[in-house]
Amino acid sequence: MIPFAFLQPTSVDDALAAWTPGAAWLGGGTNLVDLMKTGGGQPSLLIDLSRLPGLRDIEMSDDGGARVGALVSNADLADHPAFAARFPMVAEALLAGASGQIRNAATVAGNILQYPRDAFFKHLGEDPLDGDTTSLSILGANGPVAVHPSDFCVPLAALDAVVEVQGPNGPRDIALADLLAPTADTRTALAPGELVLALRLPAEGATFAGHARYLKVRDRTSFAFALTSAAAALRFDGPRIAEARLALGAVAPTPWRVAEAEALMAGQAPDADLFERAAQTALSGAVAIGDTGWKIELARRTAIRALTLAAAHTPARLPALPGSPFAAQAKDHAHA
Amino acid sequence: MSFSLTLTLNGAQRDIVLDDPRVTLLDLLRDRIGLPGTKKGCDRGQCGACTVLLNGKRVNACLALAVTLDGAEITTIEGLADGDTLHPVQDAFIEADGFQCGYCTPGQIMSAVGLIAEGRAGDDPERIREGMSGNICRCAAYHGITKAVQEATRRMDAATKGDAA
Ligand SMILES: Cc1cc2nc3c(=O)[nH]c(=O)nc-3n(C[C@H](O)[C@H](O)[C@H](O)COP(=O)(O)OP(=O)(O)OC[C@H]3O[C@@H](n4cnc5c(N)ncnc54)[C@H](O)[C@@H]3O)c2cc1C
Ligand code: FES
Ligand code: FES
Repeated sequence: MIPFAFLQPTSVDDALAAWTPGAAWLGGGTNLVDLMKTGGGQPSLLIDLSRLPGLRDIEMSDDGGARVGALVSNADLADHPAFAARFPMVAEALLAGASGQIRNAATVAGNILQYPRDAFFKHLGEDPLDGDTTSLSILGANGPVAVHPSDFCVPLAALDAVVEVQGPNGPRDIALADLLAPTADTRTALAPGELVLALRLPAEGATFAGHARYLKVRDRTSFAFALTSAAAALRFDGPRIAEARLALGAVAPTPWRVAEAEALMAGQAPDADLFERAAQTALSGAVAIGDTGWKIELARRTAIRALTLAAAHTPARLPALPGSPFAAQAKDHAHA
Repeated sequence: MSFSLTLTLNGAQRDIVLDDPRVTLLDLLRDRIGLPGTKKGCDRGQCGACTVLLNGKRVNACLALAVTLDGAEITTIEGLADGDTLHPVQDAFIEADGFQCGYCTPGQIMSAVGLIAEGRAGDDPERIREGMSGNICRCAAYHGITKAVQEATRRMDAATKGDAA
């Protein structure tokens, strides 16, 4: 780690005033401190957000939505009973991410703004196609670009989450999908010196609560980044799907949603053929980069399975292995 | 520039002066305070060997910058036993053979204490394994670890119920 100056402001105004080019906001530090250790991140000034007041609330609004402070921990949000009841696939995605220790430290804003895995070696000038290519995008990228690594952001994108930010030019709201859409020279649409204050989930998202799942395929059952993942949410009108949401994770530099894939499910009865077509449409345009051809097929199957799980129903209690394809057949192998 | 902070470490208050904001909680504990029970495996959040309780919650000490922690309450493996009386989780690890070389064990035990307090696993072995997945054991003592956490959970539950009665 190269040396840096350190500040711990106690108001949002002081934090914003302290920002200078080269500075970085510090949330839980589980991504940034890791990156700084590798030399991939070298802020000249670290502005610790932990003492900012008013950013740790989870407000369940009367209309059915929610507003979550930027500093709420990943664990506290997943464990909030009313939040998890309204947005079960968000809770499932959170609990499918990282480890118990990391979820306790990681903040909501830090999770959304976490650096992709290639940030950890990019500064070394390594050829991304030489190393482990599992984190490369198959959609929405021009060349070897890493995927957005977050589980949390996949259901958030599906539910049209909005992020409240404040910066030198005052406050603004930005759709999560727009925030995470990288351009040629910026990683996110956050302007220099802008601070995330809260995350909002629109009330409409809660109308999917009965049929909403997150599914994550990993190299091992727990504590690994996604190889592919999908958030699927359905709202039924009798036996037919009134509205469907589908977002794919770990396939693109941002959670991947395709309007036509969702639209083709509306008004239809849920069946294997329908979900097959939706998955196919969501992945149209997928391109294998390097040896990532397996990802296209795996993502397709992941989408179909997530839709199938969502069509069944949201379980009353999250499975023992949240987000895992092995959740259904999980048994006691401990011979306890 | 130097930074002063006060920590409550294993129940005792400590005033600390840091000459460098880069020091992690893990390095502070091991190299500057002389509490080497907390282990360094990966230094990257990937193994759990450095798990401590920060304000009652389990976290990776290797990813926490000490300078951020003024006023915090920290419990390490050294602070778990009550004199010569081991913590129920420590007892259970010994009885269930929850280790071989022992290097991951302080982190496993602190993580288990945190998990039991979270109440997310109960004595369901699948939920315990999921809840403990942030702790890697190179010796693969997972069978004993799961049994130890299960047994400790049951005993601690019974003790709380006994107290309440
Ligand atoms: C071993 C390991 C395994 C992991 N596995 C997974 C996984 O399976 N799934 C998954 O989704 N994630 C995983 N993660 C990533 C983890 O989710 C992130 O590290 C965490 O969510 C980041 O949150 P934080 O608060 O610690 O962020 P920080 O490290 O503090 O910050 C991350 C970034 O966000 C910026 N930032 C933080 N707060 C704000 C704010 N309020 N406004 C503007 N910018 C801000 C920081 O400047 C920095 O650029 C893993 C991480 C590790 C170390
Ligand atoms: S040393 Fe902290 S997780 Fe490995
Ligand atoms: S007992 Fe050796 S690493 Fe776990």
